[in-house]
Amino acid sequence: MPHATPILQADRLVKVFGDSTALDGLSFSIAPGESLGLLGVNGAGKTTAMNLLLGLTTPTSGMIRIFGLDLWKHRIEILRQINFSSAYTSLPSNLLVWQNLTVFARLYGVPRPQQRIDTLLELLDISQLRKAVTGTLSAGESTRVNLAKALLNEPRLLLLDEPTASLDPDIADRVRKLLRRLQAETGLSILYTSHNMRDIEEVCDRLIFLHGGKVLAEGTPGEVQARFNRTSLEDFFIGVARGEIEAIGLQ
Amino acid sequence: MPFSFNTVSALVLRYVFLYTRHPVRFIELIFWPLVDLLVWGFLTVYLQNHGAGEFPATVTFLIGGMILWDVLFRSQQGVAISFLEDVWTRNLLNVFVAPVRTVEYVAATCLVGVLRVGVTLIVLAVVAALAYGFHLADLGLTLLPFLANLMLFGWFLGMVSTALIMRWGQAAESLAWAVPFFIQPLAAVFYPVAVLPVWLQPIARALPCTPIFEGMRAVLSGFPTPWRELQCAFLLNLVWGSLAAWFFAANLRHVRKTGLLVKVATH
Repeated sequence: MPHATPILQADRLVKVFGDSTALDGLSFSIAPGESLGLLGVNGAGKTTAMNLLLGLTTPTSGMIRIFGLDLWKHRIEILRQINFSSAYTSLPSNLLVWQNLTVFARLYGVPRPQQRIDTLLELLDISQLRKAVTGTLSAGESTRVNLAKALLNEPRLLLLDEPTASLDPDIADRVRKLLRRLQAETGLSILYTSHNMRDIEEVCDRLIFLHGGKVLAEGTPGEVQARFNRTSLEDFFIGVARGEIEAIGLQ
Repeated sequence: MPFSFNTVSALVLRYVFLYTRHPVRFIELIFWPLVDLLVWGFLTVYLQNHGAGEFPATVTFLIGGMILWDVLFRSQQGVAISFLEDVWTRNLLNVFVAPVRTVEYVAATCLVGVLRVGVTLIVLAVVAALAYGFHLADLGLTLLPFLANLMLFGWFLGMVSTALIMRWGQAAESLAWAVPFFIQPLAAVFYPVAVLPVWLQPIARALPCTPIFEGMRAVLSGFPTPWRELQCAFLLNLVWGSLAAWFFAANLRHVRKTGLLVKVATH
């Protein structure tokens, strides 16, 4: 997998906001079919990295290539083939679920949109929500509808920003299993940010741990644990958050 | 520049869904303009009946001014409120990470403006004719370029309002309603430019809507179509449109650079 042409390649990304450096030379890549976790304590630079990769924020320096194309030169072409879901965005609450999905299906140029919507609602086990008002959905239902939106265009790359935040363990487990299944069936590549270590362990083949805008650790969850002599990924996270690991990692 | 009508129609479809699902939303389009029309309509009736001959019959231009001002205002609102709807529903990021070009997004909001104007204009024109005998059609074919110029200027003000809200965040959302009223005192909506202090008149004449309101009064007073005024309005709109597009693009670049776009979209 590491030798395949990357789906996404971030090269020495720097993002400076005023006096603060949010990202300091971040480089990484995602191979086809790979699932990469982006981890870090609050303020580590995960959200900034995600926003740069989505073209919502421009980098101070560095380059992003997705499908081998420069993000800023081929933005629309790239956006057609990727999608995004976040716990911090929602679909218009005053429309019905099928109306929201129809609008986005048309925005992404999905052929036979109603058929695709029905397939996804069934896949996500939310067919009964087709005619529900989006604003009346529970957190779990809303997450699954957002995921349906994110899968409408059969993306080659899916960017997920804490997709299981605010979900109960049962629904979170279902979402993780679904993502794994989709990945196995479609060869989808995923970039996943989460504070839930279980998400990362279950969904991600590899992780990058950011700290102060730099890569502190990189590898499979097992490799990272072993390198820092920690009992679990969560233990590693806590160690970073409490300043016990930073010095070792950045050496 | 590449442009997709499918993308624009998908964005407009959202508003069609919204308005057809919530007919109460039409109240916003109809209620306030009707209140305005009733106030200006009755004032016109009073001036005509009790002015002891001091006011000419053409005082009906107050009603005309109100209706045409509403065209400009609704057009501006179409752009600014469409953007705010995305902010309020936390949907803006979904739209900005979809394959939507900025020009398509702006075009869709402008089209929403046209739809809003259409609904309001029909209602106002009918009520003005029935209640006050004011016939917008009396403006003849001149009405079309009048409306087109006002809608264009409304779009440009909407782009400026949106750019300011992007830059200053939701705290500045009242600008979506305030921006048109900054210019209203100078726009000669209800009175001629000549009434303004001499030093203010050049500023008033730099607004594309001023020649339209002046032209409307001229036509209602029986003068021929003021083509020169219309040309002037169109040229001013070209200038204002270029400035608004530049201002919008510059602010979009700024909010992308500073991360404000994400902040506006997620707070």
